[in-house]
Amino acid sequence: MTTIKQLSIFIENKSGTLIKVLNLLSDAKIQIIASTIADTQDYGIYRVLCSAPREAFTILKENGINVQLTDVLAIAIEDEPGKAATAINALSDAGVNILYMYSFLWQGKGVLVMRTDKSDEAMQVIARKSIILLDEDNFKN
Amino acid sequence: MNNIIPNDNCPFFNEKMETMTRAEIEALQLERLQATVRHCMNSPFYKKRFQEAGITPEDIKSLDDIRRIPFTTKQDLRDTYPFGMASVPLRECTRLHSSSGTTGTPTVILHTRKDLEEWAAQVARNLWMVGLRPDDVFQNSSGYGMFTGGLGFQYGAERLGMLTVPAAAGNSLRQIKFITDFGTTALHAVPSYVTRLYEVMRSIDVDPRRDTKLKVLAIGAEPHSEEQRRRIEEMMGVKAYNSFGMSEMCGPGVGFECQEQNGLHFWEDYYIVEIVNPETLEPVPDGEIGELVLTTLCREAMPLLRYRTRDLTRVLGRSCPCGRNHVRIDRMRGRSDDMMVLRGVNIFPIQIEKILMNFSELASNYLITLTTDKENDNMLVEVELEELFTDDFHRLQDLTKRIQRALKDEILLTPVVKLLPKGTLPVSDGKAVRVVDKRTVYQ
Ligand SMILES: [Zn+2]
Repeated sequence: MTTIKQLSIFIENKSGTLIKVLNLLSDAKIQIIASTIADTQDYGIYRVLCSAPREAFTILKENGINVQLTDVLAIAIEDEPGKAATAINALSDAGVNILYMYSFLWQGKGVLVMRTDKSDEAMQVIARKSIILLDEDNFKN
Repeated sequence: MNNIIPNDNCPFFNEKMETMTRAEIEALQLERLQATVRHCMNSPFYKKRFQEAGITPEDIKSLDDIRRIPFTTKQDLRDTYPFGMASVPLRECTRLHSSSGTTGTPTVILHTRKDLEEWAAQVARNLWMVGLRPDDVFQNSSGYGMFTGGLGFQYGAERLGMLTVPAAAGNSLRQIKFITDFGTTALHAVPSYVTRLYEVMRSIDVDPRRDTKLKVLAIGAEPHSEEQRRRIEEMMGVKAYNSFGMSEMCGPGVGFECQEQNGLHFWEDYYIVEIVNPETLEPVPDGEIGELVLTTLCREAMPLLRYRTRDLTRVLGRSCPCGRNHVRIDRMRGRSDDMMVLRGVNIFPIQIEKILMNFSELASNYLITLTTDKENDNMLVEVELEELFTDDFHRLQDLTKRIQRALKDEILLTPVVKLLPKGTLPVSDGKAVRVVDKRTVYQ
Protein backbone atom coordinates (compact mmCIF):
# COMPACT_ATOMS: atom_id res chain seq x y z
CA MET A 1 0.00 0.00 0.00
CA THR A 2 1.35 3.30 -0.92
CA THR A 3 0.66 6.82 -2.01
CA ILE A 4 1.50 7.94 -5.52
CA LYS A 5 3.31 11.03 -6.73
CA GLN A 6 1.36 13.79 -8.38
CA LEU A 7 2.85 16.90 -9.99
CA SER A 8 1.46 20.16 -8.61
CA ILE A 9 2.32 23.07 -10.88
CA PHE A 10 1.82 26.72 -10.00
CA ILE A 11 0.35 28.62 -12.95
CA GLU A 12 -0.81 32.15 -13.52
CA ASN A 13 -4.24 32.59 -15.03
CA LYS A 14 -3.84 33.62 -18.66
CA SER A 15 -0.14 32.82 -18.65
CA GLY A 16 1.75 30.61 -21.00
CA THR A 17 2.96 28.36 -18.19
CA LEU A 18 0.42 25.65 -18.98
CA ILE A 19 1.48 25.36 -22.62
CA LYS A 20 5.14 25.37 -21.60
CA VAL A 21 4.49 22.50 -19.16
CA LEU A 22 2.60 20.47 -21.76
CA ASN A 23 5.37 20.95 -24.32
CA LEU A 24 8.10 19.98 -21.88
CA LEU A 25 6.30 16.78 -20.87
CA SER A 26 5.51 15.93 -24.47
CA ASP A 27 9.13 16.48 -25.56
CA ALA A 28 10.24 14.10 -22.81
CA LYS A 29 7.68 11.49 -23.99
CA ILE A 30 6.00 11.56 -20.60
CA GLN A 31 2.37 10.52 -20.78
CA ILE A 32 -0.26 12.49 -18.89
CA ILE A 33 -2.72 10.08 -17.31
CA ALA A 34 -5.02 12.61 -15.70
CA SER A 35 -4.93 16.30 -14.96
CA THR A 36 -7.06 18.96 -13.37
CA ILE A 37 -6.77 22.70 -12.83
CA ALA A 38 -7.94 24.35 -9.65
CA ASP A 39 -7.81 28.10 -9.63
CA THR A 40 -8.56 31.22 -7.68
CA GLN A 41 -8.98 34.70 -9.12
CA ASP A 42 -5.22 35.21 -9.27
CA TYR A 43 -3.52 31.90 -9.85
CA GLY A 44 -4.09 28.23 -10.31
CA ILE A 45 -2.58 24.89 -9.51
CA TYR A 46 -2.38 22.36 -12.30
CA ARG A 47 -2.36 18.83 -10.87
CA VAL A 48 -1.02 16.06 -13.06
CA LEU A 49 -0.71 12.30 -12.79
CA CYS A 50 1.80 11.07 -15.32
CA SER A 51 3.79 8.01 -16.33
CA ALA A 52 7.10 9.24 -14.83
CA PRO A 53 6.44 11.82 -12.08
CA ARG A 54 10.00 12.09 -10.71
CA GLU A 55 11.55 12.54 -14.16
CA ALA A 56 8.85 15.08 -15.03
CA PHE A 57 9.51 16.96 -11.78
CA THR A 58 13.22 17.27 -12.59
CA ILE A 59 12.59 18.46 -16.14
CA LEU A 60 10.03 21.04 -15.10
CA LYS A 61 12.16 22.36 -12.25
CA GLU A 62 15.20 22.70 -14.50
CA ASN A 63 13.04 24.79 -16.82
CA GLY A 64 12.11 27.23 -14.10
CA ILE A 65 8.60 25.93 -13.42
CA ASN A 66 7.24 26.16 -9.86
CA VAL A 67 6.47 22.49 -9.31
CA GLN A 68 6.03 20.20 -6.33
CA LEU A 69 5.71 16.42 -6.00
CA THR A 70 2.65 15.78 -3.87
CA ASP A 71 1.61 12.48 -2.29
CA VAL A 72 -1.94 11.53 -3.21
CA LEU A 73 -4.09 8.41 -2.82
CA ALA A 74 -5.63 6.78 -5.88
CA ILE A 75 -8.39 4.23 -5.40
CA ALA A 76 -10.16 2.03 -7.89
CA ILE A 77 -13.89 2.58 -7.93
CA GLU A 78 -14.88 0.29 -10.80
CA ASP A 79 -17.58 -2.36 -10.67
CA GLU A 80 -18.70 -1.62 -7.17
CA PRO A 81 -21.26 1.16 -6.91
CA GLY A 82 -21.22 2.97 -3.59
CA LYS A 83 -17.57 2.11 -2.88
CA ALA A 84 -16.48 5.72 -3.31
CA ALA A 85 -19.11 7.01 -0.93
CA THR A 86 -18.20 4.28 1.57
CA ALA A 87 -14.56 5.28 1.40
CA ILE A 88 -15.26 8.95 1.90
CA ASN A 89 -17.63 8.32 4.78
CA ALA A 90 -15.09 6.07 6.46
CA LEU A 91 -12.37 8.69 6.10
CA SER A 92 -14.62 11.34 7.50
CA ASP A 93 -15.53 9.13 10.49
CA ALA A 94 -11.81 8.59 11.15
CA GLY A 95 -11.28 12.35 11.27
CA VAL A 96 -9.35 12.46 7.97
CA ASN A 97 -9.97 15.59 5.92
CA ILE A 98 -9.94 15.48 2.14
CA LEU A 99 -8.16 18.57 0.82
CA TYR A 100 -9.20 17.93 -2.77
CA MET A 101 -10.16 15.10 -5.06
CA TYR A 102 -10.79 14.35 -8.70
CA SER A 103 -11.71 11.29 -10.70
CA PHE A 104 -10.97 9.93 -14.16
CA LEU A 105 -11.26 6.84 -16.30
CA TRP A 106 -8.15 4.73 -16.74
CA GLN A 107 -8.27 1.82 -19.18
CA GLY A 108 -12.04 1.78 -18.83
CA LYS A 109 -12.02 1.81 -15.05
CA GLY A 110 -12.90 4.59 -12.62
CA VAL A 111 -10.11 6.06 -10.48
CA LEU A 112 -10.60 8.51 -7.60
CA VAL A 113 -7.57 10.61 -6.59
CA MET A 114 -7.52 12.45 -3.29
CA ARG A 115 -5.14 14.36 -1.10
CA THR A 116 -5.84 14.08 2.61
CA ASP A 117 -4.33 15.75 5.61
CA LYS A 118 -3.37 12.36 7.16
CA SER A 119 -2.33 9.89 4.49
CA ASP A 120 -1.19 7.06 6.84
CA GLU A 121 -4.53 6.97 8.62
CA ALA A 122 -6.34 7.29 5.32
CA MET A 123 -4.53 4.23 3.98
CA GLN A 124 -5.46 2.16 7.05
CA VAL A 125 -9.12 3.13 6.71
CA ILE A 126 -9.07 2.22 3.03
CA ALA A 127 -7.49 -1.16 3.79
CA ARG A 128 -10.14 -1.97 6.42
CA LYS A 129 -12.87 -1.25 3.88
CA SER A 130 -11.22 -3.54 1.31
CA ILE A 131 -10.92 -0.76 -1.20
CA ILE A 132 -8.26 -1.20 -3.88
CA LEU A 133 -5.46 1.34 -3.55
CA LEU A 134 -3.54 1.84 -6.78
CA ASP A 135 0.21 2.35 -6.92
CA GLU A 136 2.42 3.96 -9.54
CA ASP A 137 3.01 0.66 -11.33
CA ASN A 138 -0.64 0.72 -12.31
CA PHE A 139 0.06 3.83 -14.39
CA LYS A 140 3.33 2.88 -16.06
CA ASN A 141 3.36 2.99 -19.85
CA MET B 1 45.35 80.35 -11.70
CA ASN B 2 47.42 79.15 -8.81
CA ASN B 3 49.25 75.97 -9.78
CA ILE B 4 51.25 75.55 -6.59
CA ILE B 5 51.47 72.09 -5.09
CA PRO B 6 51.86 71.97 -1.28
CA ASN B 7 54.54 70.10 0.63
CA ASP B 8 53.91 66.36 0.84
CA ASN B 9 53.39 66.49 4.60
CA CYS B 10 50.64 69.11 4.39
CA PRO B 11 47.29 67.34 4.82
CA PHE B 12 45.49 69.94 2.69
CA PHE B 13 45.77 70.68 -1.01
CA ASN B 14 44.20 74.12 -0.59
CA GLU B 15 44.63 74.79 3.12
CA LYS B 16 42.92 78.18 3.07
CA MET B 17 39.73 76.89 1.47
CA GLU B 18 39.63 73.49 3.14
CA THR B 19 40.06 74.74 6.70
CA MET B 20 37.64 77.67 6.66
CA THR B 21 35.32 78.01 9.63
CA ARG B 22 31.58 77.76 9.02
CA ALA B 23 31.28 81.55 9.23
CA GLU B 24 34.03 81.99 6.66
CA ILE B 25 32.45 79.39 4.38
CA GLU B 26 29.07 81.11 4.55
CA ALA B 27 30.49 84.57 3.96
CA LEU B 28 32.38 83.33 0.90
CA GLN B 29 29.28 81.50 -0.34
CA LEU B 30 27.13 84.63 -0.17
CA GLU B 31 29.73 86.66 -2.03
CA ARG B 32 30.07 83.96 -4.72
CA LEU B 33 26.31 83.35 -4.95
CA GLN B 34 25.68 87.04 -5.60
CA ALA B 35 28.37 87.09 -8.26
CA THR B 36 27.02 83.89 -9.86
CA VAL B 37 23.47 85.20 -9.97
CA ARG B 38 24.63 88.44 -11.58
CA HIS B 39 26.65 86.44 -14.10
CA CYS B 40 23.61 84.22 -14.84
CA MET B 41 21.82 87.24 -16.26
CA ASN B 42 24.04 86.75 -19.34
CA SER B 43 22.15 83.51 -19.95
CA PRO B 44 18.86 84.03 -21.84
CA PHE B 45 17.41 81.11 -19.87
CA TYR B 46 18.10 82.53 -16.41
CA LYS B 47 17.29 86.08 -17.43
CA LYS B 48 13.80 84.91 -18.40
CA ARG B 49 13.49 82.73 -15.30
CA PHE B 50 14.24 85.65 -13.01
CA GLN B 51 11.80 87.90 -14.85
CA GLU B 52 9.07 85.25 -14.56
CA ALA B 53 9.77 84.81 -10.86
CA GLY B 54 9.72 88.58 -10.35
CA ILE B 55 13.19 88.72 -8.79
CA THR B 56 16.45 90.46 -9.61
CA PRO B 57 20.02 89.60 -8.58
CA GLU B 58 19.82 92.45 -6.03
CA ASP B 59 17.16 90.50 -4.12
CA ILE B 60 19.78 87.96 -3.00
CA LYS B 61 20.93 89.62 0.22
CA SER B 62 21.53 86.58 2.38
CA LEU B 63 22.20 82.86 1.81
CA ASP B 64 18.58 82.14 2.78
CA ASP B 65 17.45 84.28 -0.14
CA ILE B 66 18.58 81.44 -2.40
CA ARG B 67 15.15 79.98 -1.71
CA ARG B 68 13.58 82.75 -3.78
CA ILE B 69 15.36 81.40 -6.88
CA PRO B 70 13.40 78.82 -8.91
CA PHE B 71 14.86 75.31 -9.23
CA THR B 72 16.68 74.20 -12.35
CA THR B 73 15.91 70.70 -13.63
CA LYS B 74 17.29 68.20 -16.10
CA GLN B 75 14.32 69.05 -18.30
CA ASP B 76 15.53 72.66 -18.45
CA LEU B 77 18.86 71.36 -19.76
CA ARG B 78 17.05 69.33 -22.41
CA ASP B 79 14.82 72.26 -23.37
CA THR B 80 17.79 74.56 -23.88
CA TYR B 81 19.90 71.97 -25.73
CA PRO B 82 22.55 72.57 -26.87
CA PHE B 83 23.72 76.06 -25.89
CA GLY B 84 20.65 77.85 -24.53
CA MET B 85 21.90 78.00 -20.96
CA ALA B 86 25.37 79.37 -21.64
CA SER B 87 26.32 82.47 -19.67
CA VAL B 88 29.36 83.28 -21.84
CA PRO B 89 29.85 83.52 -25.63
CA LEU B 90 30.84 80.18 -27.18
CA ARG B 91 34.27 81.54 -28.17
CA GLU B 92 35.15 81.59 -24.46
CA CYS B 93 34.29 77.89 -24.08
CA THR B 94 36.96 75.26 -24.58
CA ARG B 95 35.10 72.01 -24.03
CA LEU B 96 31.67 70.46 -23.85
CA HIS B 97 30.51 67.21 -22.31
CA SER B 98 27.25 65.76 -23.55
CA SER B 99 25.15 62.99 -22.09
CA SER B 100 22.84 61.13 -24.42
CA GLY B 101 20.38 60.38 -21.68
CA THR B 102 18.20 57.30 -21.61
CA THR B 103 15.04 59.25 -22.42
CA GLY B 104 16.07 60.70 -25.75
CA THR B 105 17.00 64.39 -25.73
CA PRO B 106 20.66 64.82 -24.83
CA THR B 107 22.08 67.52 -22.57
CA VAL B 108 25.21 69.60 -22.91
CA ILE B 109 27.49 71.10 -20.27
CA LEU B 110 29.92 73.78 -21.44
CA HIS B 111 33.28 74.63 -19.85
CA THR B 112 35.63 77.58 -20.13
CA ARG B 113 39.36 77.15 -19.63
CA LYS B 114 38.96 78.40 -16.05
CA ASP B 115 36.06 75.97 -15.41
CA LEU B 116 38.33 73.09 -16.41
CA GLU B 117 41.12 74.36 -14.16
CA GLU B 118 38.76 74.66 -11.20
CA TRP B 119 37.40 71.20 -11.90
CA ALA B 120 40.91 69.74 -11.94
CA ALA B 121 41.66 71.58 -8.68
CA GLN B 122 38.63 69.97 -6.99
CA VAL B 123 39.67 66.48 -8.08
CA ALA B 124 43.25 67.16 -7.00
CA ARG B 125 41.99 68.34 -3.60
CA ASN B 126 40.09 65.08 -3.19
CA LEU B 127 42.96 62.84 -4.15
CA TRP B 128 45.36 64.77 -1.91
CA MET B 129 42.85 64.44 0.96
CA VAL B 130 43.07 60.64 0.84
CA GLY B 131 46.87 60.72 0.96
CA LEU B 132 47.97 60.77 -2.67
CA ARG B 133 51.09 62.78 -3.52
CA PRO B 134 53.21 63.51 -6.63
CA ASP B 135 55.18 60.29 -6.02
CA ASP B 136 52.03 58.23 -6.58
CA VAL B 137 51.04 56.50 -9.79
CA PHE B 138 47.40 57.02 -10.65
CA GLN B 139 45.59 54.68 -13.03
CA ASN B 140 42.17 55.67 -14.34
CA SER B 141 39.99 52.86 -15.65
CA SER B 142 37.05 55.13 -16.46
CA GLY B 143 35.80 55.50 -19.95
CA TYR B 144 37.25 58.66 -21.51
CA GLY B 145 35.46 60.86 -24.01
CA MET B 146 32.09 62.26 -23.10
CA PHE B 147 32.00 60.42 -19.78
CA THR B 148 33.38 62.91 -17.25
CA GLY B 149 35.00 60.23 -15.06
CA GLY B 150 37.77 59.89 -17.64
CA LEU B 151 39.02 63.40 -18.34
CA GLY B 152 37.87 64.64 -14.91
CA PHE B 153 40.19 62.32 -12.99
CA GLN B 154 42.88 62.64 -15.66
CA TYR B 155 43.28 66.41 -15.30
CA GLY B 156 42.81 66.25 -11.52
CA ALA B 157 45.56 63.66 -11.06
CA GLU B 158 47.86 65.65 -13.36
CA ARG B 159 47.09 68.85 -11.44
CA LEU B 160 48.23 67.06 -8.27
CA GLY B 161 51.38 66.03 -10.10
CA MET B 162 51.05 62.26 -10.07
CA LEU B 163 52.28 60.02 -12.85
CA THR B 164 49.03 59.19 -14.60
CA VAL B 165 48.10 56.00 -16.45
CA PRO B 166 45.07 56.78 -18.65
CA ALA B 167 44.18 53.12 -19.07
CA ALA B 168 40.50 53.86 -19.87
CA ALA B 169 37.79 51.24 -19.49
CA GLY B 170 37.94 47.52 -20.09
CA ASN B 171 40.60 44.93 -20.98
CA SER B 172 41.22 43.62 -17.49
CA LEU B 173 44.41 41.75 -18.33
CA ARG B 174 45.97 44.93 -19.70
CA GLN B 175 44.77 46.89 -16.64
CA ILE B 176 46.47 44.37 -14.36
CA LYS B 177 49.68 44.46 -16.40
CA PHE B 178 49.74 48.27 -16.08
CA ILE B 179 49.14 48.01 -12.33
CA THR B 180 52.04 45.62 -11.82
CA ASP B 181 54.46 47.02 -14.46
CA PHE B 182 54.02 50.72 -13.62
CA GLY B 183 53.66 50.28 -9.87
CA THR B 184 50.19 51.83 -9.78
CA THR B 185 49.39 52.99 -6.26
CA ALA B 186 45.95 54.49 -6.85
CA LEU B 187 43.15 53.31 -9.09
CA HIS B 188 39.90 54.95 -10.02
CA ALA B 189 37.13 52.55 -11.09
CA VAL B 190 33.45 51.87 -10.68
CA PRO B 191 32.90 49.45 -7.78
CA SER B 192 31.61 46.58 -9.91
CA TYR B 193 34.72 46.80 -12.08
CA VAL B 194 37.01 46.51 -9.05
CA THR B 195 35.29 43.22 -8.22
CA ARG B 196 35.79 42.09 -11.81
CA LEU B 197 39.49 43.05 -11.77
CA TYR B 198 39.96 41.09 -8.56
CA GLU B 199 38.44 37.98 -10.13
CA VAL B 200 40.73 38.27 -13.13
CA MET B 201 43.75 38.84 -10.84
CA ARG B 202 42.94 35.65 -8.98
CA SER B 203 42.54 33.68 -12.18
CA ILE B 204 46.10 34.63 -13.25
CA ASP B 205 47.49 34.24 -9.74
CA VAL B 206 48.08 37.92 -9.05
CA ASP B 207 47.61 38.76 -5.37
CA PRO B 208 46.84 42.47 -5.03
CA ARG B 209 48.52 42.56 -1.59
CA ARG B 210 51.65 40.70 -2.66
CA ASP B 211 52.06 41.68 -6.30
CA THR B 212 50.87 45.29 -6.52
CA LYS B 213 51.65 48.61 -4.83
CA LEU B 214 48.01 49.64 -4.68
CA LYS B 215 47.04 51.63 -1.60
CA VAL B 216 44.05 53.76 -2.58
CA LEU B 217 40.94 53.16 -4.65
CA ALA B 218 38.57 55.90 -5.71
CA ILE B 219 35.17 54.39 -6.38
CA GLY B 220 32.07 56.12 -7.64
CA ALA B 221 29.61 56.66 -10.49
CA GLU B 222 27.62 53.64 -9.36
CA PRO B 223 25.49 53.42 -6.21
CA HIS B 224 26.98 50.99 -3.72
CA SER B 225 26.48 50.05 -0.11
CA GLU B 226 28.88 50.30 2.83
CA GLU B 227 29.04 46.48 2.81
CA GLN B 228 30.17 46.50 -0.83
CA ARG B 229 32.90 49.02 -0.03
CA ARG B 230 34.18 46.90 2.86
CA ARG B 231 34.23 43.83 0.60
CA ILE B 232 36.25 45.71 -1.99
CA GLU B 233 38.71 46.92 0.65
CA GLU B 234 39.05 43.39 1.99
CA MET B 235 39.62 41.90 -1.48
CA MET B 236 42.21 44.41 -2.65
CA GLY B 237 43.80 45.12 0.72
CA VAL B 238 43.45 48.90 0.25
CA LYS B 239 41.29 51.81 1.36
CA ALA B 240 38.40 52.58 -0.99
CA TYR B 241 37.02 56.11 -0.98
CA ASN B 242 33.61 57.08 -2.24
CA SER B 243 33.54 59.76 -4.94
CA PHE B 244 30.52 61.81 -5.97
CA GLY B 245 30.39 63.43 -9.34
CA MET B 246 27.78 64.82 -11.63
CA SER B 247 28.37 66.03 -15.16
CA GLU B 248 25.93 68.92 -14.64
CA MET B 249 28.26 70.34 -11.94
CA CYS B 250 31.45 69.41 -13.85
CA GLY B 251 31.95 65.70 -13.18
CA PRO B 252 33.86 63.92 -10.43
CA GLY B 253 35.25 66.21 -7.76
CA VAL B 254 32.04 67.63 -6.26
CA GLY B 255 32.24 65.47 -3.15
CA PHE B 256 34.69 62.92 -1.79
CA GLU B 257 35.29 61.01 1.42
CA CYS B 258 38.15 62.03 3.66
CA GLN B 259 40.23 59.45 5.52
CA GLU B 260 37.56 59.29 8.24
CA GLN B 261 35.26 57.59 5.68
CA ASN B 262 32.28 59.13 7.40
CA GLY B 263 30.39 60.88 4.63
CA LEU B 264 31.57 62.81 1.59
CA HIS B 265 32.83 66.36 2.01
CA PHE B 266 31.02 68.52 -0.54
CA TRP B 267 33.18 71.53 -1.37
CA GLU B 268 31.17 74.50 -0.23
CA ASP B 269 33.52 77.04 -1.75
CA TYR B 270 32.35 75.60 -5.09
CA TYR B 271 28.74 74.65 -4.34
CA ILE B 272 25.78 75.53 -2.16
CA VAL B 273 24.30 72.28 -0.91
CA GLU B 274 20.60 72.07 -0.07
CA ILE B 275 18.58 69.01 0.93
CA VAL B 276 14.88 69.43 0.21
CA ASN B 277 11.75 67.36 0.51
CA PRO B 278 11.20 66.19 -3.09
CA GLU B 279 7.45 66.77 -2.80
CA THR B 280 7.15 70.10 -0.98
CA LEU B 281 10.60 71.31 -2.08
CA GLU B 282 11.02 72.77 1.41
CA PRO B 283 14.38 72.27 3.16
CA VAL B 284 14.62 69.28 5.50
CA PRO B 285 16.57 69.35 8.80
CA ASP B 286 20.10 67.92 8.94
CA GLY B 287 20.01 64.14 9.28
CA GLU B 288 16.77 63.78 7.36
CA ILE B 289 16.76 62.26 3.89
CA GLY B 290 15.76 64.46 0.99
CA GLU B 291 16.77 65.43 -2.52
CA LEU B 292 20.19 66.92 -3.06
CA VAL B 293 20.03 70.37 -4.70
CA LEU B 294 23.26 72.03 -5.85
CA THR B 295 24.13 75.57 -6.90
CA THR B 296 27.46 76.18 -8.61
CA LEU B 297 29.51 79.08 -7.21
CA CYS B 298 32.56 79.20 -9.49
CA ARG B 299 31.40 78.21 -12.92
CA GLU B 300 31.70 80.62 -15.83
CA ALA B 301 30.36 78.86 -18.91
CA MET B 302 27.18 77.38 -17.51
CA PRO B 303 26.42 78.14 -13.88
CA LEU B 304 23.41 76.22 -12.55
CA LEU B 305 21.18 77.60 -9.80
CA ARG B 306 19.42 75.21 -7.43
CA TYR B 307 19.84 72.21 -9.69
CA ARG B 308 17.66 69.27 -8.64
CA THR B 309 19.99 66.27 -8.77
CA ARG B 310 17.23 63.71 -8.00
CA ASP B 311 19.73 61.99 -5.72
CA LEU B 312 18.46 61.24 -2.23
CA THR B 313 20.78 61.68 0.71
CA ARG B 314 21.16 63.56 3.98
CA VAL B 315 23.53 65.86 5.83
CA LEU B 316 25.69 63.95 8.33
CA GLY B 317 27.46 66.93 9.85
CA ARG B 318 29.34 70.17 9.29
CA SER B 319 32.55 69.42 11.14
CA CYS B 320 35.01 66.56 10.93
CA PRO B 321 38.06 65.27 12.84
CA CYS B 322 40.04 65.77 9.60
CA GLY B 323 39.86 69.55 10.15
CA ARG B 324 37.50 70.32 7.26
CA ASN B 325 34.20 72.00 8.03
CA HIS B 326 32.72 71.46 4.58
CA VAL B 327 29.40 69.67 4.89
CA ARG B 328 29.52 65.87 5.13
CA ILE B 329 26.91 64.16 2.93
CA ASP B 330 25.82 60.54 3.28
CA ARG B 331 26.26 58.08 0.41
CA MET B 332 23.39 58.34 -2.09
CA ARG B 333 20.29 56.44 -1.00
CA GLY B 334 18.49 56.27 -4.32
CA ARG B 335 16.81 58.55 -6.81
CA SER B 336 13.80 60.68 -6.03
CA ASP B 337 12.43 59.60 -9.43
CA ASP B 338 11.89 56.18 -7.84
CA MET B 339 9.73 57.58 -5.07
CA MET B 340 6.02 56.82 -5.17
CA VAL B 341 3.49 59.02 -3.42
CA LEU B 342 0.43 56.99 -2.52
CA ARG B 343 -2.41 58.53 -0.55
CA GLY B 344 0.04 61.09 0.80
CA VAL B 345 2.61 58.47 1.88
CA ASN B 346 6.11 58.49 0.37
CA ILE B 347 7.21 54.99 -0.57
CA PHE B 348 10.41 53.72 -2.18
CA PRO B 349 10.63 50.41 -4.05
CA ILE B 350 13.60 49.52 -1.84
CA GLN B 351 11.27 49.38 1.20
CA ILE B 352 9.04 46.85 -0.55
CA GLU B 353 12.06 44.89 -1.75
CA LYS B 354 13.51 44.68 1.76
CA ILE B 355 10.29 43.09 3.10
CA LEU B 356 9.88 40.67 0.19
CA MET B 357 13.48 39.45 0.58
CA ASN B 358 12.63 38.34 4.13
CA PHE B 359 10.34 35.62 2.74
CA SER B 360 12.37 32.60 1.68
CA GLU B 361 9.37 31.34 -0.32
CA LEU B 362 9.74 34.26 -2.73
CA ALA B 363 12.05 34.80 -5.69
CA SER B 364 13.84 38.14 -6.14
CA ASN B 365 11.77 39.49 -9.02
CA TYR B 366 8.78 41.68 -8.18
CA LEU B 367 6.61 44.36 -9.79
CA ILE B 368 4.72 47.22 -8.17
CA THR B 369 1.70 48.53 -10.09
CA LEU B 370 -0.14 51.66 -9.03
CA THR B 371 -3.73 52.08 -10.13
CA THR B 372 -6.62 54.41 -9.46
CA ASP B 373 -9.96 53.01 -8.41
CA LYS B 374 -12.81 55.38 -7.52
CA GLU B 375 -10.29 58.19 -6.94
CA ASN B 376 -8.31 56.00 -4.58
CA ASP B 377 -4.74 55.01 -5.28
CA ASN B 378 -4.07 51.32 -5.00
CA MET B 379 -0.89 49.32 -5.00
CA LEU B 380 -0.53 45.86 -6.45
CA VAL B 381 2.61 43.95 -5.53
CA GLU B 382 3.26 40.97 -7.76
CA VAL B 383 6.04 38.68 -6.70
CA GLU B 384 7.36 35.44 -8.08
CA LEU B 385 7.38 32.27 -6.03
CA GLU B 386 10.80 30.69 -5.56
CA GLU B 387 9.62 27.18 -4.70
CA LEU B 388 6.15 25.73 -4.76
CA PHE B 389 6.18 24.59 -1.12
CA THR B 390 2.59 23.37 -1.06
CA ASP B 391 -0.27 22.63 -3.40
CA ASP B 392 -2.73 23.76 -0.77
CA PHE B 393 -4.51 27.01 -1.62
CA HIS B 394 -5.00 27.84 2.05
CA ARG B 395 -1.28 27.84 2.69
CA LEU B 396 -0.64 29.96 -0.40
CA GLN B 397 -3.28 32.41 0.73
CA ASP B 398 -1.79 32.44 4.19
CA LEU B 399 1.58 33.36 2.68
CA THR B 400 -0.10 36.16 0.74
CA LYS B 401 -1.63 37.50 3.94
CA ARG B 402 1.66 37.36 5.83
CA ILE B 403 3.40 39.31 3.05
CA GLN B 404 0.58 41.83 3.05
CA ARG B 405 0.81 42.35 6.81
CA ALA B 406 4.59 42.77 6.72
CA LEU B 407 4.28 45.32 3.90
CA LYS B 408 1.60 47.21 5.76
CA ASP B 409 3.86 47.47 8.82
CA GLU B 410 6.55 49.00 6.60
CA ILE B 411 4.62 51.33 4.27
CA LEU B 412 1.46 51.91 6.33
CA LEU B 413 -0.77 50.97 3.39
CA THR B 414 -2.26 47.59 2.58
CA PRO B 415 -1.26 46.58 -0.94
CA VAL B 416 -2.84 43.79 -2.95
CA VAL B 417 -0.32 40.96 -3.06
CA LYS B 418 -0.31 38.49 -5.91
CA LEU B 419 1.91 35.44 -6.19
CA LEU B 420 3.20 34.57 -9.64
CA PRO B 421 4.97 31.58 -11.13
CA LYS B 422 8.69 32.03 -11.52
CA GLY B 423 9.82 33.74 -14.72
CA THR B 424 6.52 35.46 -15.53
CA LEU B 425 7.38 39.07 -14.62
CA PRO B 426 8.60 41.37 -17.39
CA VAL B 427 12.32 41.97 -17.76
CA SER B 428 13.65 44.68 -20.06
CA ASP B 429 17.27 44.73 -21.23
CA GLY B 430 18.12 42.24 -18.50
CA LYS B 431 17.07 44.81 -15.92
CA ALA B 432 13.92 44.20 -13.97
CA VAL B 433 11.04 46.66 -14.26
CA ARG B 434 10.04 47.58 -10.71
CA VAL B 435 7.26 50.13 -10.81
CA VAL B 436 4.43 50.69 -13.28
CA ASP B 437 2.26 53.73 -12.61
CA LYS B 438 -1.17 53.40 -14.22
CA ARG B 439 -2.86 56.06 -12.12
CA THR B 440 -5.13 58.37 -14.06
CA VAL B 441 -3.67 61.50 -12.48
CA TYR B 442 0.04 61.00 -12.55
CA GLN B 443 1.76 63.07 -9.89
ZN1 LIG C 1 36.72 64.89 7.02
